[in-house]
Formats: sequence, C-alpha cells, structure tokens
Amino acid sequence: MEEKVKDIDTDEQQEYIINIGPQHPSTHGVMRLVVSLKGETVKNVEPHLGYIHRGIEKMCESLTYQQIIHLTDRMDYLAAHMNNEVVCLAVEKALEIEIPDRVKVIRTLMSELTRIQSHELFWASYGMDLGGQTCYFYGLRDREMVLDIFEETTGGRMIVSYNCPGGVMYDLHPNFQKRVKEFLKHFRKVLPEYDDILTNNVIFHERTVGIGPLSLNEAISYGITGPSGRASGFSCDVRKHEPYSAYDRVKFNEVLYAEGDAFHRYLARVEEMRESMNIIDQLIDNIPEGPYAVKMKPVIRLPEGEYYQRVETPRGELGVFIISDGNKTPYRVHFRTPNFANLSVLNHLVKGFKIADLISIFGSLDFVIPDIDR
Amino acid sequence: MDKIQLAEFFKSLDSDLEVKEGKQYTEVTVPPSKIHSLASQLREKEEALFDFLDCITGVDYGHDLGVIYHLRSTKYQHMVVIKSRTADRENPLFDSVSDIWETANLHEREAFDLLGIKFANHPDLRRLFLNSSWGFPLRKDYVDNDMITW
Repeated sequence: MEEKVKDIDTDEQQEYIINIGPQHPSTHGVMRLVVSLKGETVKNVEPHLGYIHRGIEKMCESLTYQQIIHLTDRMDYLAAHMNNEVVCLAVEKALEIEIPDRVKVIRTLMSELTRIQSHELFWASYGMDLGGQTCYFYGLRDREMVLDIFEETTGGRMIVSYNCPGGVMYDLHPNFQKRVKEFLKHFRKVLPEYDDILTNNVIFHERTVGIGPLSLNEAISYGITGPSGRASGFSCDVRKHEPYSAYDRVKFNEVLYAEGDAFHRYLARVEEMRESMNIIDQLIDNIPEGPYAVKMKPVIRLPEGEYYQRVETPRGELGVFIISDGNKTPYRVHFRTPNFANLSVLNHLVKGFKIADLISIFGSLDFVIPDIDR
Repeated sequence: MDKIQLAEFFKSLDSDLEVKEGKQYTEVTVPPSKIHSLASQLREKEEALFDFLDCITGVDYGHDLGVIYHLRSTKYQHMVVIKSRTADRENPLFDSVSDIWETANLHEREAFDLLGIKFANHPDLRRLFLNSSWGFPLRKDYVDNDMITW
C-alpha cells in the first residue's frame, strides 16, 4: 500500500508533455504549442512555428512595390487594410508624395472599420474559447455588415487590397456613407448586448480576472503593443504618438488600463470598438471631395536608402522596414509584425497557471498565426 | 532628444562611434564586439532610456552580413537605428541582446533562421520557421532549384 502511494508521488513529480495543435481550435490557426504540465499546472510552453511560413519577405525581394501590397494582405488577414497601408505609406514617404485629403480620410475610415470587424471576431472567438457559443454567432452576425461594406467598395471581403501607392484603387461606392451609418446605428444598439452576455458575466470573470497578469515594465521589455500592451498601461498607440493618414484631425481616447490581466486585455478591445465608432462619426460626413489617388509612374523606384514606417493594427504596432538600392524591387523588406512580438510573452504569462487558463491567456492575446509565420 | 542632441549623446558615450544623420532617424554604426555594451548603456542611461526594441532585421549586403536594431524610448519617443556588420559569412557572430530586451529572443531566432546569423549568449538559438536541413533563404546567394523565377 505504501509503495503505491510513493508511485503516485513520483508520477506527480514528472512533467507531462502535451501537444496543443497544430490543428487545435483554440490556437486559431496552425500553431503547435508544446506544453509541459505538472498535474494541471503549466510549467513551460514552447510555440513551434512555421506551419504557414510562406517566405513573404523573400518573395518581396523579387516583386515590385505594387505587387508587394497584395502579399501583405496575407499576413494578418483580419487587418488586411492596415497591412496594405503600411507599405503604401512607406513608399509615399520615400518618394515624398503629397497624398490628397480624400485618400487620407478614406484610409482612416477603412482602418477603423477594419479595427471594429477584427475586434468583433476577437470577441466572438474569445467567447467561444471560454464556452459561450452564442458569442460566436453574435460577433459574426455583426461583422458580416462590415464585410458587406468592404465588398461593395473594394470587391474583397477580408483580403481587400484596397490601397495602392498614391491613394486607393477605386473611389468609394455611392452607398458607402449610408451603409456605414446603418452599421453604426445597429452596432451601437447591440454593443450593450455584448457587455450583458460576456463582459458582465460571472463565469467569464472567473476565467479571466487576475489570469495572466502582465506588468508595465514587462510589457515594454517583451515589446507587447496594441490593446494587449495598453491593458498593462503601456501607452503605445501609433495613432497618437506618430499620427499618419487623418488621425491628426480626429479626437479619440487611448484606452489604457493598469491591471494587465486577461480580462483587461479583453476590455481594452471592447472599448476600442467604441473609440473606433467615435472616429468614424467624426469623419463620415466630412469626406473631402477630390481625386482618390495621385497618378504614379507604372514602375516605382524608391531612392536608395532605408525607410521605416509604423501603423497601428488591431493587434498592435506593425512596422515595415524597406531597404532600397534604387531598383524597381526592394533590396530587403522586413515586417515587424505585432503578433510575432506579442508571442514572445506567452511562456512568461502562462507559467504557474492551469492548462484551462492557457486557453484563456492565449485567446486574450488575440493571435493571428499567418502574421507570426509570414 | 532631437536628432542633434542624440548625435551628441552618442559621441559622449564613445567617440569612436560612427554617427550619421539618416533620412528618418539617427543611425549609429558599431562593430559587433561593442553591441552589447552599447545596448546596455542605451537601456540604462536615464537621459536616453531606449527601453523598447522595435525590431531586429538581419540583412545580407552581398559581401557582408549585418544586423539592424530599431530602438525607441517610450518616455521621450525618440528613435535610433543601430547597425552592425561583419564580413565573416561562415560564422557571423553578434552579441545577443535578449538579456536587455526580452523581445529580442524571438527576433534573433528569426534572423538566425532566415540568414544564419548567430547570436552569442542567446538562451535558445534554434531554427524558428524552417527545419535544420534548410539553407538560409534570405541570403542573396541562396539557391533553390524549385524556385519559380520569371
């Protein structure tokens, strides 16, 4: 009898290795997490990447700047518009082109719509990860309206490829303003429902409050940006610190919290949807008249040099670093993607929590895997 | 600090540093052996406080291999670009800065994976995306027979 008890003891001493993914629903894509467990407690998490590595940076070296934009859609497919925008802004800055006002406002409007639909999908899938199936239907139902707006103007729903150096591909659809106002009216009505079903839900609180806390200094050291960083009090909104497009003419609050746990990372995203709606409100009736693009040469050659441009995507700071040697294709392109940087903190956050909390923490960081692998 | 003050600050740290006014940011070139000491000074010095590492980019310059660091201060919002390069293509070795900025861990692994740049004192330098038998695709002399060219 005594021997048996000892055996159980030694079993508990051993670490149990379990693979989550690459096809696990809660990894939201093809990523494998090798988790070391002691009992139910997570000792170590090691992400294995590369299941969806396409070599986008290598491909960029043999493509022209107009062609690169269509590849960037495929990194963070929920923030396709911002990914396009960052390359366009870098090219425009390098060529010192002045962009028409109309383009700036269109880009800002599209960015904020993208942010709303991305956070809606986060809300939907995070609810589902933690056992609230209804959330998924609510989130996708409302997201559909934004995708319809995109489809009408750009022809694409997620992979929009709407930007081009010097402006946007086509003018706004005549229905655009009407549709956006309809959506805002609808979304303002249903957003309190989001709070009722999830934000104020006791079971949800149990799963998220105090789980995976991240301090301000850690957030800076790990390079955590976006709502995840701002939930820890890290003021990192590129729209505030380095305004691009039309962000210098709109008023909005940077959503900041001090707690930095999974719940506040969630809350930051919900509040950002409200801020995005305010930004759209300020611009939707004042879209300036004018051309929707400036005429560019068919072959764009950037002057020799190095260019770095940042934008704020729904998941954080996206940077593009272009080295040009004066040819029509870039010499080297590097994307500083927010998900890649945010991933580095995962192991630090989950250590010591239960395996069920791993799902909660992983979900609260809102990863899009193709953006990590590129 | 603005660009002029930053340039003076770097001169005061080490007069051997090569400081250049870039189009966007101040650019500083250091030899690989000095990266770690410079990085820790930049992180610690109160007047500069470069506490945020944006990204680490490995570059193949054709003959040399290089590493480019984009650093930012979250307090002062100024930015600097640190560059370093080595002519040793067989064993390109730079100092790891992952003990100064935690985020460098993954960025350095990425540079190792795609360009074969090694980082001394990195806690866990393994391939990140590709398996170990793969070459280093972002090097300019990389050849893949299955590569589609046009």
